[in-house]
Amino acid sequence: MRHDPHKLVEGCLIAGVAMRACAAYIYIRGEYVNERKNLQRAVKEAYDAGYLGKNACGSGYDFDVHVHFGAGAYICGEETALLESLEGKQGKPRLKPPFPANAGLYGCPSTVTNVETVAVSPTILRRGPEWFASFGRKNNSGTKLFCISGHVNTPCTVEEEMSIPLKELIERHAGGVRGGWDNLLAIIPGGSSVPLIPKHICDDILMDFDALKAAQTGLGTAAVIVMDKSTDVVDAIARLSYFYKHESCGQCTPCREGTGWLWMMMERMKTGKAVIEEIDMLWELTKQIEGHTICALGDAAAWPVQGLIRHFRPEMERRIRERAASEIEAPAEATG
Amino acid sequence: MSHYPANYKQSAVIPLLDLAQQQHGGWLTISAMNKVAEILGMAPIRVYEVATFYSMFNRTKVGKYHLLVCGTTPCRLRGSCDIEEALLKHLGVERNEVTSDGLFSVGEMECMGCCVNAPMIVVADYTKGAEGYTYNYYEDLTPKKVIELVEILRRGESPPPGTQNPDRFNCAPAGGQKTLLCEPKPPPCRDLDAC
Repeated sequence: MRHDPHKLVEGCLIAGVAMRACAAYIYIRGEYVNERKNLQRAVKEAYDAGYLGKNACGSGYDFDVHVHFGAGAYICGEETALLESLEGKQGKPRLKPPFPANAGLYGCPSTVTNVETVAVSPTILRRGPEWFASFGRKNNSGTKLFCISGHVNTPCTVEEEMSIPLKELIERHAGGVRGGWDNLLAIIPGGSSVPLIPKHICDDILMDFDALKAAQTGLGTAAVIVMDKSTDVVDAIARLSYFYKHESCGQCTPCREGTGWLWMMMERMKTGKAVIEEIDMLWELTKQIEGHTICALGDAAAWPVQGLIRHFRPEMERRIRERAASEIEAPAEATG
Repeated sequence: MSHYPANYKQSAVIPLLDLAQQQHGGWLTISAMNKVAEILGMAPIRVYEVATFYSMFNRTKVGKYHLLVCGTTPCRLRGSCDIEEALLKHLGVERNEVTSDGLFSVGEMECMGCCVNAPMIVVADYTKGAEGYTYNYYEDLTPKKVIELVEILRRGESPPPGTQNPDRFNCAPAGGQKTLLCEPKPPPCRDLDAC
């Protein structure tokens, strides 16, 4: 949106006409102030050129595009929370059903889509659907914006085809892992909401929906976070737990209480201030949150911790044992 | 307010609160929230609900330059703790405290969406009221660069926003992109009359 907002505006028009909608609201994050101004300028230019508004593009179809912005709440990315925020209330998700396609914004039928999907639609129409489907494996076709961050040599955002091997993605575009591929500890392939995968899985996994689901993780938002051997992985996941605790809207009990509880336990796991059975308690806690919440933030908070326990349990046990051993050696200093 | 249907003025609450905050030097008072409620025909409690829910609304005083450091995991992996520590040490304040000259305050934000240009800070500039309000990202920082940035702001100048790494353009990798280096093959559009 800094450099090519018109793609999104055109995509909105195409999507709206395809659905016979009368208006589109682009919900942009509150923190993206300069990008929002850019987008508003692009929308105004489109109106001035007659591409939007009454008789859009001279086709006889009326279509309006409005830019709305939030004010710093991650939960407003969830579709019903977005609708609540657009209506001017707190961004607390609604129960589904009724789905937004039946009762959405202001009670009217609405669809909430990701801007990446909408922005790629003009190109698909220009080049043909077969061209787009030629990228990636079956059921996983098309391109995706991969944001590679963390311990790589040159972090970047690339639009790559789906089903690209993870190793090739990182080595070609991000300059490889800091210190060489063997310095890799774990990768989170899809942003904060998906479990991490350790190095032996990363060696040959493909970046698409099916392959990552088979590895008990997910593609998510394709925000690849790379962690090398210098990382304190328990600290990284604890920080994610804090993020979810901060961003929880507070509506339903499993998420509101669960995210706080998860964070407190993870903080103790960082220094090993726990007993071994508490790892199982942590696992059970994530299972209690997952699937029992109004929206998917509960699942998103639970999954990274599950990934940590699944793949890095020995590391967590090691910390607990070491701390217990040091407490036995120096009982006078152990205040617990 | 013209963006929303006439019977749903409440939708404009976030933009109006944001404007009120800019006009008031970076924070919202109860009277500002009450005024917004009056303009939109809402019960004041609904405005209070919105102002307490979203993290960008400040309900206590902040510095004229409110510096926000992103602390979530991708930035943390690239050293955002060092950035925050350097800032707090240099300015001599705790988190969320305002410096004695009222110019700076440091806060922590959750993920700002800028993970490939980590670590980064945002500077919310309330020195010039609502017309001169800027909210600029400063990316690819080091502790040394962030101190230089603060000193540039203290002098009243504006450092260049965006990535502070001269090798990078926006979110492309340092050293330039690795693919699509040649002109695209024609035609850019299929034969629309054929279908």
